[in-house]
Amino acid sequence: MNKINIITGHYGSGKTTIAINTALRLAQNNKKVSIVDLDIVNPYFRTSDFPNLLKKNKIEMIAPMYAGSNLDIPAVNFDMERIISDSSYTVIDVGGDDAGAYALGRYAPLIESMKEQTDMLYVINCYRYLTKTPAEAVQLMYEIEQAARIKHTGIINNSSLGYETSAEEIEESHEFAVKISEETGLPLVFTAYRKGIDINISPKTEVELFVKPLWEI
Amino acid sequence: MKGNEALAEAAIRAGCRCYFGYPITPQTEIAAYMAKRMPKEGRVFLQAESEIAAINMVLGAASAGVRAMTSSSSPGISLKSEGVSYIAGSDLPCVIINVQRGGPGLGGIQPSQSDYWQATKALGHGDFQLLVYAPSSVQEMVDMVIKAFDNADKYRMPAMILADGLLGQMMEPVSFPEIQNNQTYKPWATNGHGNKRPHNIINSLFLQADQLEKLNFERFKRYEIVKEECPEAETYMTEDADIIVAAYGAVARIAKSAVHRAREMGIKAGLVRPITLWPFPSEIIKKSTENAKSILVTEMSMGQMVDDIKLAVECKIPVHFYGRTGGVVPTPDEVLNEIKKLGGAQ
Repeated sequence: MNKINIITGHYGSGKTTIAINTALRLAQNNKKVSIVDLDIVNPYFRTSDFPNLLKKNKIEMIAPMYAGSNLDIPAVNFDMERIISDSSYTVIDVGGDDAGAYALGRYAPLIESMKEQTDMLYVINCYRYLTKTPAEAVQLMYEIEQAARIKHTGIINNSSLGYETSAEEIEESHEFAVKISEETGLPLVFTAYRKGIDINISPKTEVELFVKPLWEI
Repeated sequence: MKGNEALAEAAIRAGCRCYFGYPITPQTEIAAYMAKRMPKEGRVFLQAESEIAAINMVLGAASAGVRAMTSSSSPGISLKSEGVSYIAGSDLPCVIINVQRGGPGLGGIQPSQSDYWQATKALGHGDFQLLVYAPSSVQEMVDMVIKAFDNADKYRMPAMILADGLLGQMMEPVSFPEIQNNQTYKPWATNGHGNKRPHNIINSLFLQADQLEKLNFERFKRYEIVKEECPEAETYMTEDADIIVAAYGAVARIAKSAVHRAREMGIKAGLVRPITLWPFPSEIIKKSTENAKSILVTEMSMGQMVDDIKLAVECKIPVHFYGRTGGVVPTPDEVLNEIKKLGGAQ
């Protein structure tokens, strides 16, 4: 795993799920991990919704100071350089689409200077409406790069339908993921699958879903 | 799909030709989605300069006989109220989506159901009603948008989807039905007379009192037909229930979880869920609660639906209330606690 892991993707593709799971895995190996909530375009379902889970696992959560409050304005007020140098690993959960990636663009020079230690991973989900075809997903990937002024280094296939996902549905998405990997020349880092089911694809990584419907709590 | 995206896609499938909107949390994804998809379909997406402009654009498009829609969230809907009244006064069909957030005033951006009164009683001045649908899942958002367009055309009246931020932001799998024919013949539309018919006039100004009264009488005669044909409600485990929870929208799903938990504890609980808020499904509620000992209304408001439930059951059984407001969402356990109190359990 690289020192800096930037997670990007379409709205609702599962960026936060991937970001939190990545941070948890690193923390379980006794690494000093920080997670940055850089989603300043949508105030719902983001990393800063899970402060207790992160605290319990000794992960430092960095979020816009007023996240979730009346002053939840689209502004970031933290020193990314300090965060990165203070931790062994940093996971950055970026906002959806190119709109969300603009906030990352501010840190492009910093990331560029640490290029060798950085992965920028593009999360894809073929069950999301506006990125259903490889062509649509690839186009959005380039739009994100343009906004972020950083190039991706890999693809994460998180094709799923939330709690209703079956192993077959994930396996059926493999072709979609491979196509995107081929078209972009980027490696398919892994295919994610929900804890409790298993898939016949490699490489694969188990993820736990933390975003729960309110009637199941 | 996200609830907001599903609302937008459903409108496109239902033949919505024009969308006019203005961004506001938590429904901005509707406009964002429409901006991407409508031009590709050769239709109109326009971000208006304000909510007021958007609703008046809907008035214009609906006058020309095309299916038109706008969407907003609570404070933005208040701004639209004048235009909604004009649309109703002109007997025009359209669809208005309200993804509610906490109020009053600018309120908050978390989910709420505190626009119930506004939607069902008074979204604007004058003698008129809206058809109001309250979805409780992303799939229902799809189905109801389609139905809202159809029934708005059928009865020549505005229809509203009264959702909330919880439904708008959550993601669930959905399927879209194949739609056969979504073009209604509208002989009244101002779409060019082509020298073949007299001019059509769309208007809501009638200075002669008896003329305006006549139109209002006619409109309310039509409402009587709507009241006959449109009320919908879901009943769940009500047959043998002692305590029936009445809830709509996203809260009905929380209430359903609470009903399950109560049943596991041996408390005979059930659920009645109004699907149309106007016309209110009074008959269904009355019948399904005939054998119950009490009713618990649960809402994300200060109890705006309570009076309608009391009227529906003709005050024959006690109606209690438990609600959260301001953007706070009740939990299944909170509702369960209230059920337990009424059930006499520990």
